[in-house]
This record gives sequence, structure tokens and C-alpha cells, in this order.
Amino acid sequence: MSATLLFLILCALAAAGFLIGRYKAISAAGGDLRSLHSLTHYHGWGIALATFLAGLTVLVGLSLASSAFPALAGPIVLPGVVLVAAVAAFVVSYLRIERDFRARNYVEAMVLGLLMLASSIAILTTVSIVLSMLFETARFFQQYSWTSFFFGAEWSPNFRGNSNLGMLPLLWGTLYVSFIALAVAVPVGLFAAIYLVEYATPRFRSMAKPAIEILAGIPTIVYGLFALITVGPILRDYFASPLGLGQSSASVMTAGLVMGIMLIPFVSSLSDDIINAVPRTMRDGSLGLGATKSETIKRVVIPAALPGIVGAILLAASRAIGETMIVVLGAGAAARMSLNPFEAMTTVTVKIVSQLTGDTDFASPETLVAFALGITLFAFTLGLNVLALYIVRRYREQYE
Amino acid sequence: MTDAVTNPAQNTGPAPMQPSALTKRRYAAERRFKAYGVGAVAIGVIALLLLLTSILSRGLPAFTQTFIRADIYLAPQVLDPKGNRDRDDIAKVMTFSYTPLIKDSLASLANELKDGPVPQATPALLAGMVSGAANAQLRDYVLAHPDEIGKTVAFEFLANARIDQYLKGNVTRESAAADSKVDPTQLDIADALVKQGIMSKRFNPAFITNPDASENRPEAAGLGVALLGSAYMMLIVLVLSLPIGVAASIYLEEFAPKNWITDVIEVNISNLAAVPSIVFGILGLAIFINFMHLPNSAPIVGGLVLTLMTLPTIIISTRASLKSVPPSIKEAALGVGASKMQSIFHHVLPLAMPGILTGTIIGLAQALGETAPLLLIGMVAFVRDYPGPLPGGLLDPATGLPVQVYNFTQRADPAFVERASGAIIVLLAFLVVMNAIAIFLRQRLERTW
Amino acid sequence: MTLVDEKAQTASGTLVYPATPAAAAAAPGKPKIQARGVEVFYGEKQALFGVSIDIPQHQVTSFIGPSGCGKSTFLRCINRMNDTIPICRVSGSIEIDNADIYDPRIDVVELRARVGMVFQKPNPFPKSIFENVAYGPKIHGLTRSKSELEELVTSSLKRAGLWNEVKDRLHEPGTGLSGGQQQRLCIARAIATKPEVVLMDEPCSALDPIATAIVEELIDELRSNYTIIIVTHSMQQAARVSQRTAFFHLGKLIEEGRTEDIFSNPREKQTEDYITGKIG
Repeated sequence: MSATLLFLILCALAAAGFLIGRYKAISAAGGDLRSLHSLTHYHGWGIALATFLAGLTVLVGLSLASSAFPALAGPIVLPGVVLVAAVAAFVVSYLRIERDFRARNYVEAMVLGLLMLASSIAILTTVSIVLSMLFETARFFQQYSWTSFFFGAEWSPNFRGNSNLGMLPLLWGTLYVSFIALAVAVPVGLFAAIYLVEYATPRFRSMAKPAIEILAGIPTIVYGLFALITVGPILRDYFASPLGLGQSSASVMTAGLVMGIMLIPFVSSLSDDIINAVPRTMRDGSLGLGATKSETIKRVVIPAALPGIVGAILLAASRAIGETMIVVLGAGAAARMSLNPFEAMTTVTVKIVSQLTGDTDFASPETLVAFALGITLFAFTLGLNVLALYIVRRYREQYE
Repeated sequence: MTDAVTNPAQNTGPAPMQPSALTKRRYAAERRFKAYGVGAVAIGVIALLLLLTSILSRGLPAFTQTFIRADIYLAPQVLDPKGNRDRDDIAKVMTFSYTPLIKDSLASLANELKDGPVPQATPALLAGMVSGAANAQLRDYVLAHPDEIGKTVAFEFLANARIDQYLKGNVTRESAAADSKVDPTQLDIADALVKQGIMSKRFNPAFITNPDASENRPEAAGLGVALLGSAYMMLIVLVLSLPIGVAASIYLEEFAPKNWITDVIEVNISNLAAVPSIVFGILGLAIFINFMHLPNSAPIVGGLVLTLMTLPTIIISTRASLKSVPPSIKEAALGVGASKMQSIFHHVLPLAMPGILTGTIIGLAQALGETAPLLLIGMVAFVRDYPGPLPGGLLDPATGLPVQVYNFTQRADPAFVERASGAIIVLLAFLVVMNAIAIFLRQRLERTW
Repeated sequence: MTLVDEKAQTASGTLVYPATPAAAAAAPGKPKIQARGVEVFYGEKQALFGVSIDIPQHQVTSFIGPSGCGKSTFLRCINRMNDTIPICRVSGSIEIDNADIYDPRIDVVELRARVGMVFQKPNPFPKSIFENVAYGPKIHGLTRSKSELEELVTSSLKRAGLWNEVKDRLHEPGTGLSGGQQQRLCIARAIATKPEVVLMDEPCSALDPIATAIVEELIDELRSNYTIIIVTHSMQQAARVSQRTAFFHLGKLIEEGRTEDIFSNPREKQTEDYITGKIG
């Protein structure tokens, strides 16, 4: 019996439960519906929900358990157990229906349980991210020493074994690209935000702000392609090659510049909110002393907004570090520690992609290293995010 | 001025409040500062325009394709050896049997050209100008129209990518001279055929509907499988993330007690929204594929991963919408004896719905453009077959639109650059439509209290 | 030119008040500020109707009236703070020492250096106490050296009556002070730029009675060196601190005169109604 069919049977049982429950409630009322504690449809819903949930819980539980005990997934066992559970729930809730049964409270308790379950999915996601990566990382460190992973300066995976899997060149590439990206995005984003908040007419603001924010809605694959087919060749032909700095169109500079463009709206809209939150009285105080607008911004508004802006920059940094498609298409694949920004280098995310796509053998360190890289990346960005969100929240509270 | 000079102690007249040298410097600094601001906004807008023109100028040609018209005799002895016009029997004739028919037809065209404008033309050169997919194209046609067997039909074959790119201006005679896949004589033939009206560019709907094609025939590659795969994934994201997101938001906003558990959940949600997308890919690989043994490259895995990614976005925007409904409405319902659950589901939720839908659409748009996590769960594979109908099709291999773009960029043939940019245009068109709907909803339905 | 003169003065180290040359120059009895037919519009809405008033030097003038009567609006016209509101339009003329401050040749930055302002809510900058006071002198380039700046900050804090309370923690943030101290810090900040006129927009409305009393005392002391205009919603305060009082109602200046006359013997019925609590 296929899962789809089983699911449909559950739905049908639930629907029948609704009708039967309502019918029983009506007859229990003995002609006077007002004598019931709850409206009739709550009695119906009581059976329907109980039946459906019991069946679904058992179905999901058995499916999960079946990866450990394959016998549970048998063509008779699985549907049999599921249906028995559903029918049992049906019967129990049917028997409970009587005139004074608090069906509404019963249904609402079930709904509340569902709501709680839904909100715990977020936690489950985080837990499974951490657990799945920890588990595989542990297997990786059984095969490869953690010191050579974290402090090794050479990255040369070899699928016949004896690979060098040092993370430092990847980390260097990641940080170098992110640094260039922030060097582009922070000044441009910040000045754009300042101009839009402090100087622009409402008309100009209403046109320029959405235009910049469109940049935030563009998928990163589009930026990646832009780096690959436009920015990379331009940088190579007009900068790198005339200056004798390299012949590669994929480079730290290419990826950094394009990632910088991607982050402009991110920095500008966060800074926009933060600058807006600086109270007007503070600006008035400065203007009232005869300061010009730019003096007020530089000496009063920005210092007041500084914690928030730092938080925004940290969030942008975490984005830059975790960004994948732009570096996959724009930065190159060569693990290298060099200062020349026109050389191709590679990043943590690029190597996660390259180690986990294609033919992978989940027993070899060359594949498992991707999980170690992943958890490093996760820890790094999580740290930045927690810090940034903390700073921004503190800042907001200050002016509320 | 004179006044002030002769009477230094005197402070009358307008002179004192006119800008001094220092003030002039301060105003110059003010103007510079403002110019930086204008510059920054300009950089943002210029970057946007550059990005769009670059993609549009390279991608728009992907929607047109060069076709060669030729009369072709559908020889019955080849195509329907049993002569019963039975579809199943015809389907037994493989594509390579169609190749000689095309060659024959092109040979006569080559002879005409030889006597006319291009003396060097040979049947082999001309045959090299049609797409490698031409025989499959012809077979599909015959299978769809078995009655045409035995007749001579005018048929439009795809020209191969080099000839197509020559017509679009991307292949020049210089580049052709260094290219083993095209002969300069073929370019002469192309010029002559264009002049005769036998060869022309026209809109090519197959770019949208065709499945992907192999490395050697970029002209036949399309987005069909990717579009279907993306549609399946979006369906899963919508069906799962909207109810779960709304349920979680209602609990957190209306029922959750204020304690450390709720705090942990809240911090956790805002952090999940900022976790790099590739980490979700690793999660999908480890949990859904390696642990739960769901198939590689399947839309269901992609959909689940994207759902987990989209949930925080939807929860954050839904909570904001719920919060914006004034408590007085809920209190009014409670005041007439509704339970808390009733007041929320009957009053608060409907009022918050426009905001919730807007947030959901924006979340979907983000999910539609997401690439990195899909690479890790095998959606980057080369898939030629359309996934089956729902719900079974969710387990069939497929790709997604953004992954298809990545796929195209990894091919050596430069003609795929045009395909990749064209696919991006399709992707952006979907995003524009989705965002337009979101803006429309926000403006038409959202009320301010 | 004044600025240059003042700099010469500070350069020679004389920081003795009254420092403003105008104080010595203006003819006795001649008004410091003359407003004629001032009208203010916020977009379509008219907030002030033809206000004309003379404000004498070295006295405290208070503006009273029910909220929304235009008294704060008029105050903000005197140092052109209304310029910072995009939809606000001002017509008529306001002259300070015979110079029309709405003359296009007038530099608003220097005007505001001469006409300082203290706001309703204490608004110290998120900087140290010292930096708060030093801000104005720094942007206007009033001092040549660090020691001169320190001297100016010290004297301003002393004049604002705050010195003894903060002298040991000059480099702690100004936001850490109590409300009354913050407001006196704002006053010190305003007088550090050596203004001739100080505008105070309900300076005590956010303060407790004790802090209010201290600020009122301070206002009275400052009178000898500055021309002070104070907007207040408290008639008692107007009576306590001001020599002259102007009553505004519905965007019009109803009556203006010596404070004791206004409170004991108002000419207009509306003024009397307000003072006796019938309106407002």
C-alpha cells in the first residue's frame, strides 16, 4: 500500500469522523442543541483531529524508525499499525461524546499542541544541523588529525588517499573575499543610507530606496553569473593583465566586488533603520548650536548610531563569509594563500560544494572534510550573528 | 563690511552673520559630504543597471534560435517498415534511422548552392550545420503526425550552435578560423541561406519547454525539467511552510509564556534566518538523503530543504503582521465570550492574512532563487526526463531553475553562456511577478490601524 | 566679522563676560530682536498669524499660552530651526540687531551660533560631559588651543552651575547625569558658543520641582549676559523668571508687556481668561 493511499485513507477516516461526531452530538442533545456544552462541529472536529493525528504520528514515527528496523516498513505492518492507531483514536473520541463533553476545550488543546509542535521545528532544525554535522565531523577526525585540518597550510585532496586537507588556505580566501566585499559595501551602503535619511527629498527617497533594495532581491546565482561573464573578464582585460598581476578572470577581486554590490542594500537598509532611530532631539541639539548638517551627522548621529552600525556590519560580514554561488562562479577553485587580489583563490563554501557534489564516498576523509568545513562555517557565522543581533537589540532598546 | 571694519565693536548690520572664511570651509565640507552620499546612491543604482543590462543583453538572444527550412521526404520504407502506420511500430524506429533522410534532403540543397552562390558547398558541410538534435526533432514530429509518412514535408531544423551564434554576432570569421567545430565555408553557406530565406532566426518556445541537452548541442537545451522541478519544489515549500509558519507564529505571538524556552526559540529563529544557505544543503544531505534515504536529485528533498530555509522568514513576517492587529479586536471577541483560540482564528488571523501572504510570497521568491543547498542534494545532475505527475513525480529526479543556470555555466561550449543568461531572465521574470503580487497585496489589502 | 573679533579676543586670553561686542554696542532701550508680521505655514496649515514683537536686551521674555498656540513655533523662527522641517514656510521679518535673519545673505550656521537654543527634553549627545560642552566651540573654531578650550568648557559649566557636580567626571558620558543636570549641561553647551540670545523651549517640562528651581535660578543669573526667551506652559514659572511676558493664542500674539502688568492687569479678555484658568 503506497504512502499516498494510506494518507488518503486517513483523510477519509477523519472526514467520516467529523460527520459521525457531529451526528452523535446532535442526537445526544436530544433536540435542544443549546443544552450541549460545545457547538456540534467541535464534536466533529474532535474525532477528525484525533483520528488524523494518531494515524499521522504513527506513520511518521514508523517511517523514521524503519531506517533502524527495516521490518517495520513492511507492506502489511506499516499500514496495519497506522490504521489500528487511527481507528483506536476514532473509537475513543467517539465514546467520549455526550451532552456535557467539553469538545471545544478538547479540540483547542489539540490545536495548541499542534501550534507548539510547529514552533519547535525551528529548534529541531538547529539541533539537526548541529548533530548531523557533528556526527560526520567526528568521523572525519577519526581519520584525519584535527590539528592538520585547522592549522594545515596545504589543501590538496586526492581521492586515492594521503590528502592534505589544511583549512588555512580556504579560510584565507574566505576572509580576503569578504574583506574586499565589505570594503565596497560598507562605505557605499552607509553613505547611501545617510543620504537617503538625512538629505534626500521624499520623492527621491521613494525612488532610490526601492531601486537599491532590488539588489537585495536578486538571487545570488545571478550575481555569480554577472561575476563570471562580465566583471571577471573586465577586471582581467583592463586591470590584471595590463598591470601584469594575473591572467585569471576568476579572482578574489571579481568575487569581492560582486559580493560587495550584493551587500550594499543589506548594509544600507539596516543602517537606514538605525540612523532613523537616532532621536530627532539629538539632531536639533546640534543644529541649534549652529552645526551644519554634515557636522551633525559626523559628530552626533553616527557616534550615536555606531553600535547599531557595527551590528549591521557584522551581519553583513556573516553573509559574506557564508555566501556560496558568487565565489563558486567568481573566485576560482585553486587553494592558495596569496596577497595578489587578481589571483584565483578559493573559499570554505566553494570547497564544501566541490567535495560534496559528483561521486562521493561518505567513508573517505575527502568527502567528510566538507562536514568539518560546514560546522566551522556554521560556528563562525553563528557567532557573528549572535553578537550582531545582541548589539543591534541593545541599541534599539536604548532609544525605545 | 566697512561698517564693521571701522567700528570693530559695533555689531550692527547684516555683515556679522554672513559666512566667514571658516564657515565657507565648513560649507565646502558639507557639499563634499553630500556629494559622497549622492555618489553612493549612484553606485548602487548603476550597479543594478549594469547587472540587468549585462544579463539582458546576453540572455535575450536565447529566446530566438536559428532554423534551417528543408523539404524532407518521409520515406515509408525507413520509418514504417511494416506499413501499418501503427504508432507503437513507428516508435521502434530509432533516431539514428532518421539521420539519412535529413542528409538526403540537405544533399540536394547543397547541390543547389554549389551551382550557385557557394561553389565550395558540400553535403557534409551542410549536414554539419544542423543541430545534432535534428533527427530527434524529426522523430518527435513523425510520432505526432504518423499520417504524414510517405509525404514530403517542409521542416524546420535547428541550426547548430555555431551557426546560430554566427547569426547572433557572437561567432566571427576570425574566431571560426580557430574553431574546429565550424568551417569558414559553412559561414558562407549560412550567409547564402539567409539571403535565400531558407535560414532564419525566430522565437523559440522550445527554450522554455525542452529538457536540458548534452554538451554538444546547446541549441537544443531548454528549461522544461528545471521549470517543472522548481514548480514542484515551490509547491512543497508553500504547502509546508505556510501552515507551519503561521502555526508557529500564532503560538509564539499569542500563547507562548514568556520564559527562557521561548527566548531560546526566538533567538534561534532569528539566527536560523541568517545561517548560510549552504549549511541547509549539508543538513538536507545528511538528514534527508543519508539518514532517511530519500532519493538524490528529487524535488521532495529540495522542497524540504527550502522549506526549512523559508520558515524563519515566514515566521518573522507573520509575527509582525499578527502584532500589527490591535489588541482591542481580540479583547472585543473575548468580551463576548469567545475563547482565546476562537478570537485568534476568527478575528486576528483573517485581519493579519494580507501581511502573512505578502511575507509568504517574498519567502517563496527567496526560495525560488536559492541555489547552493540544491547543489549538495544532487539537483545539479544532468536530467533529461521530465519528472512524473504529482504526487509520485516528487520523487523523480529533476533540477531547479537556478541550478540549471549553474549547470549551464559549467559547460565548455560558449553558447551555453547565452542559455544561462536566458534562464536567469526567466527566473527574474518569475521573481518580478511574485514581488509585484506581494506589493499589490500589501497596497490593496493591508490596512493601517 | 564678529567671529574674527571674538577670536582675537579669545586668543588674547580674555574670556571675561559679557563677551559679546553687541552687548556693549546696542543703544539702551533699543530692542535686541524685532519681529514684524511673522507668519508660519506647515504645508497648508497656518500656524502663526502676523506676529510682531520687540524683545529687549538682557531681560527674560517668556512666551505663554495653551498648547498648540504657536509659542514654540515662533521661538524656533528666531534661530531658524524651522528650516529643518521641509514643509515649513516662514514669511515676515525678524531682525536681530537690525539684521533681518531671513535675508538670503544671512548664514544660518552663524546665526545659530549667536542664537543658542535649549530644548524641551534634555538632549545631551552620546559623548562625554566635556565633549558635549566643547562641541559648539570646536565646530565654530572658537578656540585656538586645548587649554583655551578647557578654560571655555570650565567657565561654561561654572556659569551653568554644574561645575561642582561634574568636575570630577568630565570624561564620563553626559547621558549618565540626572534629568536636571542634563538640562543644565545643555544650557552650558548652548552658552559655550558665546551666543547673544538663548532660546529655551519649555526647558523645565521634563524636570522635577527641585531641578526646576535650580534651572530657574540659573536663568535669572544668566540674564545679565544674555537675552533670554523662554517658552513655558507654566504661568507661575513665567511670573518667577521673566521680566516681560507675551501671551499667544491660536497662532496669534494676543498681548505682550511687563510680566507684572500681564499677570495683574491684562488688557485683553483672552489673556485674563487664560490667566484665570478659563481657557487653556
